[in-house]
Amino acid sequence: MTLEIPQNQPPGSESTSVVVTESTHHHQAWKWYHYFTFNVDHKVIGIQYLVTAFVFYLIGGLMAIAMRAELATPDADLLDPNLYNAFMTNHGTIMIFLWIVPSAIGGFGNFLVPLMVGARDMAFPKLNAIAFWLNPPAGLLVLASFFFGGSQSGWTAYPPLSLVTAPIAQSMWILAIVLVGTSSILGSLNFVITILFMKVPSMKWDQIPLFCWAILATSVLALLSTPVLAAGLVLLLFDLNFGTSFFKPDAGGNVVIYQHLFWFYSHPAVYLMILPIFGIMSEVIPVHARKPIFGYKAIAYSSLAICLVGLFVWVHHMFTSGTPGWMRMFFTISTLIVAVPTGVKIFGWVATLWGGKIRFTSAMLFAVGLLSMFVMGGLSGVTMGTAPFDVHVHDTYYVVAHFHYVLFGGSVFGIYAGIYHWFPKMTGRMMNETLGRIHFILTFIGTNLTFLPMHELGLQGMPRRVAMYDAQFTHLNEICTIGAYILGLSVIPFTINVLWSWVAGKKAGDNPWNALTLEWTTSSPPLVENWEVLPVVTHGPYDYGVNDRGSKIQSIAANS
Amino acid sequence: MAIATTTSPAHHEEHKDLRVWGLLTFLVSESLMFGGFFATYLFFRGSAEVWPPEGTEVELLVPTINTIILVSSSFVIHFGDAAIKKNNVKGMRFWYILTAIMGAIFLAGQVYEYMTLGYGLTTNVFANCFYIMTGFHGLHVFVGLLLILGVLWRSRRPGHYSATKHTGIEMAEIYWHFVDIIWIILFTLLYILTLF
Ligand code: HEM
Ligand SMILES: [Cu+2]
Repeated sequence: MTLEIPQNQPPGSESTSVVVTESTHHHQAWKWYHYFTFNVDHKVIGIQYLVTAFVFYLIGGLMAIAMRAELATPDADLLDPNLYNAFMTNHGTIMIFLWIVPSAIGGFGNFLVPLMVGARDMAFPKLNAIAFWLNPPAGLLVLASFFFGGSQSGWTAYPPLSLVTAPIAQSMWILAIVLVGTSSILGSLNFVITILFMKVPSMKWDQIPLFCWAILATSVLALLSTPVLAAGLVLLLFDLNFGTSFFKPDAGGNVVIYQHLFWFYSHPAVYLMILPIFGIMSEVIPVHARKPIFGYKAIAYSSLAICLVGLFVWVHHMFTSGTPGWMRMFFTISTLIVAVPTGVKIFGWVATLWGGKIRFTSAMLFAVGLLSMFVMGGLSGVTMGTAPFDVHVHDTYYVVAHFHYVLFGGSVFGIYAGIYHWFPKMTGRMMNETLGRIHFILTFIGTNLTFLPMHELGLQGMPRRVAMYDAQFTHLNEICTIGAYILGLSVIPFTINVLWSWVAGKKAGDNPWNALTLEWTTSSPPLVENWEVLPVVTHGPYDYGVNDRGSKIQSIAANS
Repeated sequence: MAIATTTSPAHHEEHKDLRVWGLLTFLVSESLMFGGFFATYLFFRGSAEVWPPEGTEVELLVPTINTIILVSSSFVIHFGDAAIKKNNVKGMRFWYILTAIMGAIFLAGQVYEYMTLGYGLTTNVFANCFYIMTGFHGLHVFVGLLLILGVLWRSRRPGHYSATKHTGIEMAEIYWHFVDIIWIILFTLLYILTLF
């Protein structure tokens, strides 16, 4: 038994978190095979989400590479156009519904939220496990749909296209999305209740880590928007299989209704993807720059603001659907407003980096990489938020360039940053920094090489969602394809790094980065119920430099 | 600065029962799915010349009786909840059985209505909406009925519910109120508004 008490502090000083243990029993850690079973521990579930999502990322990535290989030349010489459409649709679907959302929210959210607020588990552990296990069958449905032609109408599944191509595959696609949607509703409910009700009493509201604020906002958004998508998809399913005609214009239906229902979810979905990543950024940057985060409150509230405004801008995806002028006006303005809270965050991170003692770890590299990419994607987003320009570039590669900057640069970079940052906590071992750096350089070059030329392609008028294109676009497309191959390669050092480090990496210790949030006060990997004795919070999560006792956080593992 | 110490071995302090909050959160979410259906319906209604189209008018007598039954059952179930808070398990069972019967009558009435309307799911867009909305609601009534039956089943065990331990009962009640509220909106949209 160990007992450590921090030495004389001035009364009332913001100081350390202290964990004192006097317990006599031993908490077991999980064995590897527990990760393959119905386990109710939030940490196991978090890792289950992350690993499953990564597998889907590889599958979705292979589809992307196949598409880029096809697009290396103007003709459809590799995939026939139907197959191209199926790859395109399922690539988008997998990347969004089975990679970013489950890894950012399900993976990091589950692993971190209870640890960060000082809870032993999520509020409803069983529900949590159920939510995870809805994902693998959804993924299998998407993959199996290829045996029925694969859904070909794009990840938006707009009718009438979705009603006339591959009906069985489309129905499987709908079921898959309903499954992941249910998973996300159940998970979000759990996060909301956990954050609101289960933080340790000593943690004040302005001491909740920003990642948790982000997950809270994300969850509210998911709870309010996902069921609306479900409604739309149910109607589509009935149209496909049971003879209704909600979206069949020749029988009195209306396709624009589908677009409203779809975008009421899918616009907020972009924040579902990006808010947790913003949360990751707000954790990684102060730790590796060793500075208090700039504007804690502004960053926390801007998450909530994004969540609210995000619910009211969906129509900007429908500027070209015969939307009346006043609506275009309204939604142009509200869209541009979202740039404000986003700008607040970016400003906060840059200000945090400014003059910090930056450690260029792999996690930090990816975080800084994200900043640069996201600014680029954000700017092209603002251009498209204005209706006149959007009408010009609609359904061209400009759009493809924009959302890949945001999704790849703004999300995948963040997930990588998060993995490099929390891997020591998750596994008890450090990742290899050299491999991490190689991984970063390949990813950074690959991303820009793949997606930067697409802006130009779009401005020149190359349409998206086609397997064949006019020969004048060949040259730029070749560059994109080379970039995609580099991105494909970039996964190799990462995968090797994770597998090797997990088994044989350097032992991490409890707090290798000297971070101040609560997850670092337990052992690495954490005990089954997180702490022997719940930690007591006596200072904010980012008080670096305020007093350097930050580095003296003490945590005593049970079996020390 | 604060130090926490303890000598307690495994099983850690339990957190308080958050299931009711969980259910409420879920129901907020769930109501947005109905919101999607309602919005779709209003969209069609707003752009139609005649609504409902000729030949697919709704029938009013059975649904009105049904509405009265369902709305009163919300009071009935509340008496059950009040009873258990006075430790009166018998009383609770009485009111819950009554609610279950009323719920079952509601469902039977809905099936009867479906069989006598003379048009089906696919007749036209109005019929599409009508059957989807009432059908989804009926499904929710059915789930609520199962919850109530579950409560009744468990209440056979002596001491399972008491004045201090009745979360399950409360949750069934909340769910039932939710189903009721949705029905009131639905009844207004589908039936009352067609009178004008
Ligand atoms: C290896 C990196 C990637 C490459 C080479 C790549 C390439 C492509 C290509 C060629 C398309 C088809 C564009 C079209 O025909 O309109 C596409 C579409 C798409 N990609 Fe990616 N992508 C990559 C990564 C990602 C990631 C990480 C995400 C999201 C997390 C993503 C999300 C999407 C979406 C949503 C679509 C739209 C699908 C649709 O229009 O239905 N991609 N991608
Ligand atoms: Cu949008």
